[in-house]
This record gives sequence, structure tokens and C-alpha cells, in this order.
Amino acid sequence: MTSNDDQKSAKIAKYIDENLKQVFSDLERDELPDRITDLLSVLRAQDDAKKDEK
Amino acid sequence: MSTLEPKDELLTHLPALRAFALSLTRNRATADDMMQDTVLKAWTNMDKYKAGTNMRAWLFTILRNNFYSSRRKLNREVADVDNIFSDTLSVKPDHDGRLQMTDFKQAFDKLPDEQREALILVGASGFSYEEAGEMCGVATGTIKSRVNRGRIKLTELLRLDDDEALELTDRATMAVVGNFGGPSK
Repeated sequence: MTSNDDQKSAKIAKYIDENLKQVFSDLERDELPDRITDLLSVLRAQDDAKKDEK
Repeated sequence: MSTLEPKDELLTHLPALRAFALSLTRNRATADDMMQDTVLKAWTNMDKYKAGTNMRAWLFTILRNNFYSSRRKLNREVADVDNIFSDTLSVKPDHDGRLQMTDFKQAFDKLPDEQREALILVGASGFSYEEAGEMCGVATGTIKSRVNRGRIKLTELLRLDDDEALELTDRATMAVVGNFGGPSK
């Protein structure tokens, strides 16, 4: 009985984890917002400007 | 990966950071805010990042600390939530009777932040309980218990412990789970 229960909960845990991975990878494909790419351009430009000063 | 400059490496973690922000906040506007703060903090504090350590863990930690401290400031436990999980459904669910992804996402959406976070870190992102505990500033046992409680809640919401439901998920899980001895009719 216990072994069956263990199998069952292992199966449920596995099922949940597979779904979690799917949720996460769906979200990873979400496009980066413009404000983040804009921010990165500004930060890069600031770094370059600092390098030029030296 | 290790040959990349830290600031270049940061870029490679952005999709995962975005996924983490969305799953934690469940709100695009809040996720964008959290991500912007995190990128800015990480970029300007890159000298504090210890080379060779897990940058993804470092970034996730900055983001979640930001999230919880702003949640405290706003003094609200219940966040504004939009349908980010169902919005991002990119794979059509199978129609062979298995529980559908939309059901899972709706159930996942109902979990408390701490449980959702623990499940994402351990179940989806592959961090160990120890790593997740460090990232969340709690004991390993606390993370384990959050993961367990999250799983129990999902099991209840999706009725996964019904024998019938379990059989329905068999086809979906058997390929991954592999060799279970018992016969499944």
C-alpha cells in the first residue's frame, strides 16, 4: 500500500514539475519589453563613454 | 558561458529572469518594473558579483528581494494580477484526455507567492533546495515545506489524487516517469 502511495505521489510530483517547466519555458519566450532593451542600450552607452574618458 | 564578460553573460539570463519576474508577480507592469530595477542594480553593481558563482541565482535574488520589499512597502499581500499564464500559452494542449495546461496554469496562479516562487525555483529552474533557500533567505527545510505545500495544493486543485485523474495523466507522464511496476489499466 505504502509503496503504491509512494509511486502515486512520485508520479504526481513528476507531473507537476513537467508542467512547471512548460509554464516557465512559455514565459521565457515572452518578448523582452522595450524599456529593458532601451535601458540596456543606455547602460552600454554610459560604459562606452566612461571608457572614452580614460 | 564562463568565457563571457559578466555584462554579456547577464544578457543570456534575461529570458529566464523575465519568466521568473512574470511568474512571481503575475502582472506584466510589475514584472517590467522589477526587471528594470534588477537589470539596473546588477549592471551598476557588477563588481559585487563573484565571478564563477551562479549569476542566474544572483539575478533572481535581486529581483525577488525587490519584489518582496515593494510588496511590504505597499503593505498588500494581494497583488494586482493579470492573465499572464494563460496569455503566454504557446503550445496547444493535447486532446487525449490529459489535464490541460490551462487548468494547470490557473491552479498555479492560485498559490501563495512563496509557494509559487519555491516551485518555480526548484521544480522549473532546477535550483537545489539549498540554493533556493539561500536565494530566499530561509532555511532549506522551509523551501522543502513550501514546495511540498505547493504540490499538495496543486494536487487538490487539479484533483490529481483521484485515481481517474491520475490515469488520465498517465499517458502524459509515463514517457517521462518511466518504469512503474504496477499495471495501469
